[in-house]
Amino acid sequence: MIWGVLQFPGSCDERDALNACEVVGDEARLIWHEDRTLGGGVDGVVVPGGFSYGDYLRAGAIARFSPAMEAVAKLAAAGGPVLGICNGFQVLCEAGLLPGALLRNQELRFVCKQADLLQVDGPKTPDIEHFSAHQHRLSIPIKHGEGRYYAPEEMLDELEAKGQVAYRYADGHNVNGSVRDIAGVRNERGNVVGLMPHPEHAVDPLTGSTDGRKVFEALERFAS
Amino acid sequence: MSDATGTPRHRELGLTDSEYALIVEKLGREPNAVELAMFSLLWSEHCAYKHSRKLLRRLPTEGPRVVMGPGENAGAVDVGSGYAVAFKVESHNHPSAVEPFQGAATGVGGILRDVFAIGARPIAVLDSLRFGELDSVRSRHLLDGAVRGIGHYGNSIGVPTVGGEVYFEEPYEHNCLVNAMCIGFAKTEVMVRAAAAGVGNAVVLMGATTGRDGIGGASVLASAELGEGDDAKRPTVQVGDPFEESKVLECCLELLAKGLLVSLQDLGAAGLTSSAGEMASAGGVGIDIDVAEVPLREADMEPFEIMVSESQERMLAVVEPSKVDEVRAICDKWQTGSARIGVVTGSGHIRILKAGEVVGDMPVEALVDGCPLYDLAPAAPAAWIYGNRATLPADADSATTLMALLAAPSIASKKWIFQQYDSIVGSRTVRRPETADAAVLQLPESGNAIAVSIDGNGRKVACEPFNGTVEAVLECAQNLACVGAEPLGLTNCLNFGNPEKPVPAWQLDRAISGLAAACEELGVPVVGGNVSLYNEGPDGPIYPTPVVGMVGELPDPARTAPLSFIKEGDAIGLLGPFAPTLHGSELAKQRGELEAGLPEPKVAAVAEACGTVREAVRAGRVASAHDVSDGGLACALAECAIGAGLGCRADLQELRERGCTPEEALFGEGPGGFVLSGDRTELEALGARVIGEVGGTTIELAAGDRSLVIGLLDATEAWRSLDARAESVAEPPADA
Repeated sequence: MIWGVLQFPGSCDERDALNACEVVGDEARLIWHEDRTLGGGVDGVVVPGGFSYGDYLRAGAIARFSPAMEAVAKLAAAGGPVLGICNGFQVLCEAGLLPGALLRNQELRFVCKQADLLQVDGPKTPDIEHFSAHQHRLSIPIKHGEGRYYAPEEMLDELEAKGQVAYRYADGHNVNGSVRDIAGVRNERGNVVGLMPHPEHAVDPLTGSTDGRKVFEALERFAS
Repeated sequence: MSDATGTPRHRELGLTDSEYALIVEKLGREPNAVELAMFSLLWSEHCAYKHSRKLLRRLPTEGPRVVMGPGENAGAVDVGSGYAVAFKVESHNHPSAVEPFQGAATGVGGILRDVFAIGARPIAVLDSLRFGELDSVRSRHLLDGAVRGIGHYGNSIGVPTVGGEVYFEEPYEHNCLVNAMCIGFAKTEVMVRAAAAGVGNAVVLMGATTGRDGIGGASVLASAELGEGDDAKRPTVQVGDPFEESKVLECCLELLAKGLLVSLQDLGAAGLTSSAGEMASAGGVGIDIDVAEVPLREADMEPFEIMVSESQERMLAVVEPSKVDEVRAICDKWQTGSARIGVVTGSGHIRILKAGEVVGDMPVEALVDGCPLYDLAPAAPAAWIYGNRATLPADADSATTLMALLAAPSIASKKWIFQQYDSIVGSRTVRRPETADAAVLQLPESGNAIAVSIDGNGRKVACEPFNGTVEAVLECAQNLACVGAEPLGLTNCLNFGNPEKPVPAWQLDRAISGLAAACEELGVPVVGGNVSLYNEGPDGPIYPTPVVGMVGELPDPARTAPLSFIKEGDAIGLLGPFAPTLHGSELAKQRGELEAGLPEPKVAAVAEACGTVREAVRAGRVASAHDVSDGGLACALAECAIGAGLGCRADLQELRERGCTPEEALFGEGPGGFVLSGDRTELEALGARVIGEVGGTTIELAAGDRSLVIGLLDATEAWRSLDARAESVAEPPADA
């Protein structure tokens, strides 16, 4: 599988994502934000973490208008895998590809630490029939100042009913105050996933854990 | 020139009468306003090192691994396979004392620019902070602002903050210290120096526009000479924009990778004046700058304001004329500014033009290298010149004492601080903060890793500047040994009081001698540094604080030891020529018993112990390694236990045999001690004395009549107590 990793001015974790994609996939390449296409052969896209456009105006609010994001929307509509990490999650929410929004952390401070996540499976649909019924516990770092997931109650009920909550913080690990401990969500089809924790920083045993690989692997099944 | 009150302008700008006379002599005439502003900045202590340069000549600066030494934007050492590691530490003390958030943020921004100016990608930041006691509202306000500022800049630009150190001491109450160290990584062949070269080459200003922010001494000039009273009231603290810097950083690295720049220099203190002056001086050429070509934030800026503005996120490059278009296209790609503002000349002069008309013309030699260097008039104080404040009764029992030491803000866990920093971006961080004595960064490109430590206990330097500085160097070397690293080079930031006064002069003189002696004996070259003088409050100078940053190399990032114990039943060994005393210790501070004097460290013996520990860690012969530092052996053992969630038992009789009192054995401090854990026979084979065993739920230390037992959970709670106390941030004090 060939992954493309978007690069905006102000991206920080694009090299880490590139490296992680090389670990989990066959090949990975950077995609400049002004490119209107993803380039030949790209099966899936990572919208990486960082501070695109300095997070000015609102995190992700400017990056969503970049030409490359139009190509990402097309890939998403075609069922290709799209993973938004941290700032990338914020961008996908701003772009309307994922529901909800990310607000400033409850404590109003940036926080960087290892956190335990529960990987939550969605209901069986044609696209995600391979998902097992288990919840896996993953150890993956978080690092953000605006990671408090928010959506209105009715929307949250609907997300839960449709199996769109993809990751939750384990008990005692929800340090940003996200509603219903939500760390990541997916679209209805399941091919677009966004999460605040950083799976690309959990692929090398030397730098922490390797649980992040499971986040990429869970999405790779959408590559056709 | 003089103002309405008759004070000569040069004195207002900090130049002495004799310095002014020397300028007139060198120019052969009186300087005009532009020239005087530029001279006053380049002849300031900050730029000219006029009170420290002679002393700094004592430092050893050469070694087989040195790629770049003092005089460049940052020092650099060879790490093999065609790669180099660049590093430098710099202070941003006074701006942080005025406005801690922006002061600390722009401190980080400035040190990052120094590193990417030589073509190295910044891969880590460490910071060294000093505040007044934590029970002071001002200190908590400064701590909160500085930590937020460092986080804001480092987190946003994607460079991990991997380590640092913090001390809380009364003498820093009115003059906090914010020192930031940056580590960069580069292919040696793309690294670039700051010397301008090639008559006819273009001078290109890149990055942010130039505004009136940060016009320091010159704002005085503005108000008096030009009648711009309102502008003079503008804040002199610069405002940082990490997003702009991120773009400039990527842009510069791309330009250097493509070989498009002849030389590169960042704009820091004194802005265009110092960067153009230093580039011309280093290259033995002249530079013409036309201020009309400088992109401005405000259209009506005067030439001198443009020349001295300290607007952040700007870089100055020398470019061959045929490559200017390509350079500017890459700046456009990164959405950052670029302007051709001048040309390299063979005149040996810096000429300032405004739309072609000359408004300033000075020989580079006079401007950059002409400042007189002064000898200090040092005099040792008769006794301890700093205060004493007892917070722990002299008759407190050992358990109470250990709890008080673990809870001391300078010893307690700094989780509250480092958790606000991204410590992992870049995927190099093998050891995160507080998991090992030094930060460890893997370098997959060169197949090895580096370790970094920063240290400088000012209290000990205040007790005896020479020995205290030697201890700071040894502390770094011991930290590196614990992760299996061998020192490659050292940088430093000398934070001292007013060098024109005898006692701070004596402290500076002795400390630099100590630094030189320690580096000489360890064989570690000093590849760069920074000096921050005039750090004084109303009650006198700060503790003399030489902050030492050391970089070491280790062959295999998978072979580094954690500081915490690993498993129940492991033996605990004490290794090294550790001979603790209470001189300058945290316990002496808490008892209000600080006094002058510190024993002379045995550098050669400590170096030998470092070598033993380093090789043992690399060979995997020990499970954990931690050096004995603040709070003595009792605190070191407690830290190993707390991190592991495992208790321990130890008998400190070994130290009694070395002549220590029970109290010195528990809480005494000094260089040369390592706490190792692992297999008993392995530890003994290394020459360590086995003093105890890992296990249980208590920390039990036998030390004659001062033996103690405390619960592991109680110890943990005390050590973790900084979180809650630091969080109680109040409004800034009325006079801050």
